[in-house]
Formats: sequence, structure tokens, C-alpha cells
Amino acid sequence: MHLKSVFDLSKALREKKVSSRELVVHFLKRIEERNPELNAFITVTQEQALKEADRADVLIARGEAGPLTGVPLAHKDLFCTLGVRTSCGSSMLDNFIAPYDATVVERCRDQGLVMVGKTNMDEFAMGSSNENSYYGPVRNPWSLDRVPGGSSGGSAAAVAARLVPLATCTDTGGSIRQPASLTGITGIKPTYGRVSRYGMIAFASSLDQGGAMGLSAADAALLLGAMAGFDERDSTSLARDQEQFTDNLEADIDGLRIGLPRQHFGEGLDPRVGACVEAAIEDYQRMGARIVEVDLENTDLSIPAYYVVAPAEASSNLARYDGVRFGHRTENPQGLEDFYKRSRSEGFGAEVKRRIMIGTYVLSAGYYDAYYLKAQQLRRIIKEDFQRAFEQADVLMGPTSPSVAFRLGEKLDDPVTMYLCDIYTNAVNLAGLPAMSIPAGFVESMPVGLHIIGNYFDEARLFNVAHRYQQVTDWHTRIPLGFE
Amino acid sequence: MDWEPVVGLELHAQLSTKSKIFSSASTAYGAAPNTQACAVDLGLPGVLPVLNAEVVRMAVKFGLAVKAKISPRSVFARKNYFYPDLPKGYQISQYELPIVDKGEVTIQIDGGSEKRIGVTRAHLEEDAGKSIHDVFPDATGIDLNRAGTPLIEIVSDPDMRSAAEAIAYMRKIHSIVRYLDICDGNMQQGSFRCDANVSVRKKGDTRLGTRTELKNLNSFRFVERAIEYEIERQIDVLESGGEVAQETRLYDPDGNETRSMRGKEEANDYRYFPDPDLLPVEVTDELVEEIRASLPELPDAKRQRFCDHYGLNAYDASNLSLSRELADYFERTVEISGATPKLCANWISGELAGALNKAALEIGQSPVTPELLGGMLKRLADETLSGKLAKQVFDAMWSGEGEADAIIEAKGLKQVTDAGEIEALVDAAIAGNPEQVAQYRAGKQKVLGFFVGQVMKASQGKANPGQVNELLKKKLGNE
Repeated sequence: MHLKSVFDLSKALREKKVSSRELVVHFLKRIEERNPELNAFITVTQEQALKEADRADVLIARGEAGPLTGVPLAHKDLFCTLGVRTSCGSSMLDNFIAPYDATVVERCRDQGLVMVGKTNMDEFAMGSSNENSYYGPVRNPWSLDRVPGGSSGGSAAAVAARLVPLATCTDTGGSIRQPASLTGITGIKPTYGRVSRYGMIAFASSLDQGGAMGLSAADAALLLGAMAGFDERDSTSLARDQEQFTDNLEADIDGLRIGLPRQHFGEGLDPRVGACVEAAIEDYQRMGARIVEVDLENTDLSIPAYYVVAPAEASSNLARYDGVRFGHRTENPQGLEDFYKRSRSEGFGAEVKRRIMIGTYVLSAGYYDAYYLKAQQLRRIIKEDFQRAFEQADVLMGPTSPSVAFRLGEKLDDPVTMYLCDIYTNAVNLAGLPAMSIPAGFVESMPVGLHIIGNYFDEARLFNVAHRYQQVTDWHTRIPLGFE
Repeated sequence: MDWEPVVGLELHAQLSTKSKIFSSASTAYGAAPNTQACAVDLGLPGVLPVLNAEVVRMAVKFGLAVKAKISPRSVFARKNYFYPDLPKGYQISQYELPIVDKGEVTIQIDGGSEKRIGVTRAHLEEDAGKSIHDVFPDATGIDLNRAGTPLIEIVSDPDMRSAAEAIAYMRKIHSIVRYLDICDGNMQQGSFRCDANVSVRKKGDTRLGTRTELKNLNSFRFVERAIEYEIERQIDVLESGGEVAQETRLYDPDGNETRSMRGKEEANDYRYFPDPDLLPVEVTDELVEEIRASLPELPDAKRQRFCDHYGLNAYDASNLSLSRELADYFERTVEISGATPKLCANWISGELAGALNKAALEIGQSPVTPELLGGMLKRLADETLSGKLAKQVFDAMWSGEGEADAIIEAKGLKQVTDAGEIEALVDAAIAGNPEQVAQYRAGKQKVLGFFVGQVMKASQGKANPGQVNELLKKKLGNE
């Protein structure tokens, strides 16, 4: 059952070949058996899941089911879930039971999706290896001594290991696409503003965007369709008509213009990963796509720009974790300053502290112009680079990550090398564009991801382009050994 | 040496919206602690602000009232600092691009002259909660009901040269926000707050002296006293060869002095940056024009009209146009009474203002409505009531005894104007006091007052004093 696509599960549910309860029980059992070695879940919501499954079964029986009714899913543990711990991977929020549902959680429930648990993640979504979680690292199902990527590493590992067919995730600088790439699944980060950020715990507000993970573009399209849409509670949410991302899946891609950014194939890229990507592009050519080389001249500036903007916003977004109203509070403080210092020193992990310090520094009087304003200027330049590229191409393609999954601990002591994992993905967040990662081969038995970047609001085209590839390849159907 | 004080004010007016600036929680004052704070006000993880459109309209109203340029695009920024009653660890405010750009108001100063005071800017922001230090012995309480209440901060140019000018400016802004109905102006409840920047310099200097910022000024009187004290203090420091330190000082109303709170070095670095959760505020020309068309008559225009239309002097006109409620009260009273505007103005600024002040009531809470006062003044005007007895009628109306006519009737306070009746009383007074008659006739004119008193007493105050006077003079002089 766990090998079926969401399309097939949905069909089986509506034809009553399986009940939602049976399906949920099946996945819960898989989680119970296999999660201990992966650590993909922080919280499993068994009781609530069974109740929701029963409710879904009632809807199905009444013939009121939608395409996702009764299908299990997991939420990244930074989407607030009413009555359920929402930890954000941090000891700071280990005791935080959210008193409300995030818009994404509400919408998924409205579509009949059944939440089976909350997935592990880098603390406050800061990381590219999922080693920064208070709840311990997540392991990559393709090789348990390797990282699954981050920060949505728990969601990615859970989907890759077939512990759940769908998972929500978020992407601030690559946090959906990089783990999707490293675990061999499909993940999409939509256009900034497509998915409401209400109830999604903020890391860097102008970059954060919720998205979907699944085993295929078609599955991810279904989930994104449930999540997306205007929300009056999020001022940066886009007022656009609801779109069916699955409508366009089968469209012909003959004549599609694929732009290959020169800068995504240069120094730093593992040539074996590059070879997989090139092979995928040849597949596209065989399907009638045309290739153009494009320039994203300022790619190398995206990492410095990103590591000013994101920490700056984070330093302010994370100020609310002060121990006063919720979250970790220190014992026996000696005065207010000590209360703050100790509550925050104890509650946050090393990477979070590092970024709060960087962010505080770049916003300080005398440095603001040199860092924050400069970074905003770079952001505009990077946006313009993309717009020029989209004059020549319909989509851009390249590797999602310069290498396949690395070993646990390998980059932990070298934050800059870790930051370079997101060299191809950061710029997309700075520009607010939609992009996805789909499986495109293996290097040393570890998955390689193909990065597909679209123009604003072009998610339907991304799904179409990804889906057509998945119809002629089987990378996305490969299963990590032992998780069949 | 001659010193010149320089004063600028930062006024915070709470905007009287029903819900908060970035959430739908109520802004009503006085609810039990933390009952009017929703997830957004508490700064829970994941929540986002959504701008209350009414707040923008109110800011535009204010901007137009001070002849300011309204920014077509203004930006909310985060002001970052830690304090337990600041839930998010930052206050959402406007920094580089405020909604209201440069404007001005005119104040009336001593001797009836006018002075223009520049408004540097006015921007929107959210209020913080309150820290409560005196309820729990070992802890500080936090009440977040006020967190997220909309404020407009109005910053003046350093154009004022005395405490009196500062107060006149503050009263003018207070009056404007009340006229516009965008703030209730209540200083005790903190709906209208003032920080004052004070410096002094040698007369003739063009450079500003080092300023101090005064806080905890929660009444007009305290603002005035604190500024006066601070001017004197700075002059003393400078005259004794010292230097004024740039610092924030707290006013202590009990000791009537200011005390250093924090120096320049301890000032926070607020790390302002545009709030990525909010879009820039766009104000279209259409909206500005729509709001301009809906503006009420403002204090200056009203004052001028009171002079022109009612013939009031500048003093009365200023007084009565200070608040919209008072001005309305006055106009309604004139309309109902048919009495001269001057008579109405005298009663409102005199008897009524005194009674309200004594009872600590606002004009809107007056037990004597314009209808009641107007009804009484009508009887004064048509001489049914004497000025002397009017006070009795007013007191009776104040204690809720009904309309003037009924009170006059019930208490028999109707003025006696019947010549025969008065003549009889006059004759009786003359006949009964031969000694005083002799004194008067011997040239002691003052004795006339005695006779008037006798007659009024005999009439229980109801005789028309003018008639009594006239008749007495005639009769006493004739013989």
C-alpha cells in the first residue's frame, strides 16, 4: 500500500478497496517500525490520526470525498497544530503546544488529509543537514550514515522511506529542494506568497515559503493544490485565483525552452552529479525541448546576500522567544537581563545563536548600510538576472545540490561549506521564484536531484515539465534498500 | 546672560479604533488583564500582523488637519528591543517613511499673537503592553491588553521657546485629534501622551544646545512644570560652567523635578529594518480626497467663525472652540436660548465650567444639557428671571430638578416687573427707615445700596433690580 502513488491511493479509497483507517493504520505501523532508525518524526499523532481517518471514511461513504480525503500526511514541525506540540526542532519550543492551527494545517484538514505526525527538522529551519535538531539528526534512508539534507530533512526522509505518502515542508534557502534531492523524492517550493505563512513559524519572513513533498510531481501537485491560496491573515499572501496544479500535467513539452545557467555547472559541482543532470537534459531534448545557455551572473553573490538578509530577519523573528509567555524559561534568574540571557542561551542551539548574532550585527547602527541595504540591492540584481534568463527560457535547469548526501558530522564544524550546499537554491528564494527538485539519477547509490526553476506563478508548468520526465524515467519510483 | 529655551514635543495619541492595529482583538480600556490579547498580540510563534485599514484613514485625517503632505507610500519597520511587555521583541512602527510628512499648526500665544509650529512628521505604530510592578511581591505582572493598540506619534519641530508655547501646541494637537474623533484624548488613561525634548542656548545662537528628553508627563500641568523645571535646571548647569548631558530624564510630580533615567551610552540600538511581514502602505489620491471631503470643521476655523458670526472676543472664541463637544454645546445653547452669544459664553465658561470642574465631569457628561441651560438663558433674556436668581435655577437644574420654567414656577422665582408692586415695596422701605432716608438726603449716596437690599429682600429677590434702583432714586431724591 505504501508503494502506491497518491493518485492510486485516492482511487482505492473512493472505490472503497481500502478504508482511510486501514491506510492510516498501515502507515502508522510503518512509522512505528522504521522511524527509530530514521528519526524522521518528532511527534506521532496516532489517536488524532485515527479519529480523522474515521471522519474521512464517513465522508467517503457519503460520497463527499475529494481527491485527498483519507490520505495520510505529515506536517513539518513548524506548522502550528492546535493541541499538538509544535517544536520547530528546538528545545526552546519543546513545551509549546500550539493553541491554533496554521492556515496550511487547516486547509489540509479541510481537504480530508489525515495528519499522522510532525516531522523532524533543523532547529528553526536553519541548516542543510538536519543535524541541528534538538531531537537529534535525521538519517537518510538511502544510507543511514548520511544526512537527508535540511531543513525539511524529516519530511524528506519520511516520504523517501515510504513512512507517509505526502509531507508539508518549508524552504527559506533550499530547505525543500536540497533534502528532496538528497533523498530522491519530489519537492516544490512555490512562488513566494502562494502558500500562507500564517501559523508557519518564521525563520526569515521575506524568504520563507511552504511547499509540498511527495514521490512524484503529480502527488506533490495534489498536495500543493490543497495548501495554496490567498489568506487574509498573511499580508504577503497573493490574491490569485485558486489553481489546479494537476490540470496541466500531461501537456506536451515539445518546443519547451530549457535554460541552463552557466554558473550552475561550474566549480564546486561534483562532476558525477553534473553528468546525471546532463543526462536528464538529454532526455528532455529527446522529448522535444530546446536548450539555451543562460547567465545568472551574480550567482556567487547570492550566498553572501542570503546570509545577511536571512539572519537579519531571523534575529528579529526569534526575539519573541524570551521565556516570558511560552517556551523555555530559565530557573532562578538574577534579574531581567539574566532571565533573558539564560532563557535564550539555554533554549537555542549553536547554529541558531550564530545566525542571531550575525543578524544582530548586520542590522546594527553603522553596519546597516554596508550589509543589510547592500544585500537588498544584491537581491534586486539577482531578481533582474533571473528575469533576463526568463526572456530566453521557459524554465531553468541544473543540479539542486552540488553533491549527493554527505556523511553525518562531515560538515558540522565548517558552517561555510555547509552554507555552500545551497549555492544553487538560495538565489531562488531571494528572487521569490518557484522551483522544484526531482530525482534524476544516482551517484554511489545516492540520489541526485534535478533543479527546475520557473518564472513567477509558473508552478503548473513546473509540474508539467517534471511529470513528463517522470513518465519516461523511473528514478522517482526507486525505493531505498530495506524500505520496500 | 540671556538664555533661550528650545522645546520640541513627541505626542502619542491612541487611535480610537474598535480593534487593534494588526489584530482583531478589542481595544476597549479597562478590561481584566490579558483578556483582550489574541494570538497576534501575544506574539505567539507563527502569527502575522494584518493592518487595520481604519488606522490609515485616521492618520490621513490627522495629516490633512495639520496641512501635511500624505505619503503615497509609507513603510512599517521593526524597532527591536527586549522588554517583557513587548511580546515580539520588536515594536512595529514607521521609521524612514512615515505616513504623514511635514505639516504645521498655529498656536495662539500671550497677547493674542499667533505662532506657527512645524510638525516634523507623524507615524503609525503599535503600543506595547503594561508591566505591573505593584501587585505581586516577588514578580512583575504583564498585561498585554494594550499591546497592539494603534498609536500615531506626532513629532514637532523644535519650534517652541517656552513651556507655555509647548502647552499651547499640545492643546492644539489635542484639540485636533478630538475634533477628528480619532483619539479620546484621555491623558489619565494614557490615550494621549507626551515626551518633551528640552534644550537651552544663548540668545542669538543658531545652533541647538544639548537636549534632554523628558518622560512620565501624564497631564498638561506636569508637562508645563517639567519643562519649566528642566529649563531652569539646564540654565543652572550652564551658568555654573557645566555641560548638559544628553539623556532621558524622568519627571517626578511629587518632588516637581526631573531625574536622570538613562544616558546616551545606555540608549538602545533599535536595529530598525522594514517589516517583511507587511506590505508598504499605499494611499491613493482618491482616498486622500475622499477623506479631505469628510473632514469636520477644525478648531482654527471654528474659532474664527465664533468671532465673525457670534461676535465673540478672541478669548471666548478660543476657549469655546477648544473641544468639539464644548463648541457644539455653545452653539446649541445660543440656538435654544435666543440670548446673546456673549451671555451664553459667560454662563458656559463661568458657572457651568466651574460646576463641571468641581464635579470632575466632561462637558458631555454635564447634567445641565444645552437644552436646560438654553431654557434658562431664554428666561434671563426675556427678563422673566433675574441674574441674581438664575444661579438658584442653575443649581436646581444641576441637581436634576427639571427645566428652568418648571423650577421658576415651583420656587416662585419669577422676576417682579410690575411697577405698582415694586412701588409698594419701595414705599414701604422708605417709610420703615427714616434714619437712612435722612442720611441719604444728607448726601450719603452709599445708603442707596441699603434700600435696594431691603427691597430685594422684601421681594425675596424677585424684584427687577434695575426698576428698584430707578424708583428708589426717584423717590428718595424727590422729597
